[in-house]
Amino acid sequence: MALDTFEYLIRLGDDRLVLGHRLSEWCGHAPILEEDIALANIALDLIGQANLLFTLAGDAEGAGRDADALAYLRDSLDFRNVLLVELPNGDFAVTIARQFFFSVFAMLQAEALMKSADKDLAGVAEKMHKESRYHVRHSGEWMLKLGDGTEESHTRLQDAVNELWRYTGELFVSDDVERRLVQQKVAVDSSAIEARWREQVNEVLGRAGIQPPEVKWMQRGGRAGQHTEHLSHMLAEMQILQRQHPGASW
Amino acid sequence: MKKDGSPKADSQWPLWEVFVQPPGGAPHEHAGSVHAVDAEHALQNARDVYARRGEGVNIWVVPTNAITSSTPDDMGPFFDPGNDKPYRHPQFYKVPRGVKM
Repeated sequence: MALDTFEYLIRLGDDRLVLGHRLSEWCGHAPILEEDIALANIALDLIGQANLLFTLAGDAEGAGRDADALAYLRDSLDFRNVLLVELPNGDFAVTIARQFFFSVFAMLQAEALMKSADKDLAGVAEKMHKESRYHVRHSGEWMLKLGDGTEESHTRLQDAVNELWRYTGELFVSDDVERRLVQQKVAVDSSAIEARWREQVNEVLGRAGIQPPEVKWMQRGGRAGQHTEHLSHMLAEMQILQRQHPGASW
Repeated sequence: MKKDGSPKADSQWPLWEVFVQPPGGAPHEHAGSVHAVDAEHALQNARDVYARRGEGVNIWVVPTNAITSSTPDDMGPFFDPGNDKPYRHPQFYKVPRGVKM
């Protein structure tokens, strides 16, 4: 039970930590000052959520690992995030499409987790829900602007959606760990989120004039620790300080 | 600068002025400005730049070019005539005895 909970919290935390770090890579590079701040804000929201989830995970594990140990001292094989969030930022359209796909999922997931039998998790979910609603609003507006903007922005967004679509299936994969926790009313059945996700995403794609790609085969592996090569590179940069100077603080 | 010496046109998105209402019902205050392509975008940028640390409970955004401002030339005619008219201030008047404050 405790190990299932640990595993589940790590999945939730890793999705957010990895995406938060990816977004932080935009800091100082976004197309305009206001957007630079907006992306950094979202990055901080996600990293803050990961911090809370890792703290709960460390407690569930009971091995004395705190949030920092879980974030900075695990290797890519131990990460349980979906592949979608570890993909490189690409151009702005890729970043926005990735953010929109994840944020809609995260919002629906958090909404359901607010009713979790695990009261600590339910409390964190309330914060996650509030924040992800804003993330959906931010990235959703950009989906419309890019899709319905210039020919260039439309093409870039369509390309981004085509490229990322095959990574969205993994969001809705359920497994034994999750099913056991669903029975105890701790976790959310990821596959139950899919229909509402499709409805909301397709509605925005439609308004943005973007065609949903027809992809039969979905990539997966992240939840089992099988990651793309991109994650190791990202972790090398993210973890170098704690690896070289263990326990460093400021 | 352009060749003729005039300032380069702003290559960024249109400018919006941001007014944030602090908690507690105080009036909106001018917080600054943001660039944005439309009103919703301006609201989001204003939120991210000026109201992410609990500064406000409400935000107004107004297109900067919708604001009509007095100019330095107006200084005299607009504001000086008030200087020699102290009776426009309530402090000018003595409160009659017997009025409870």
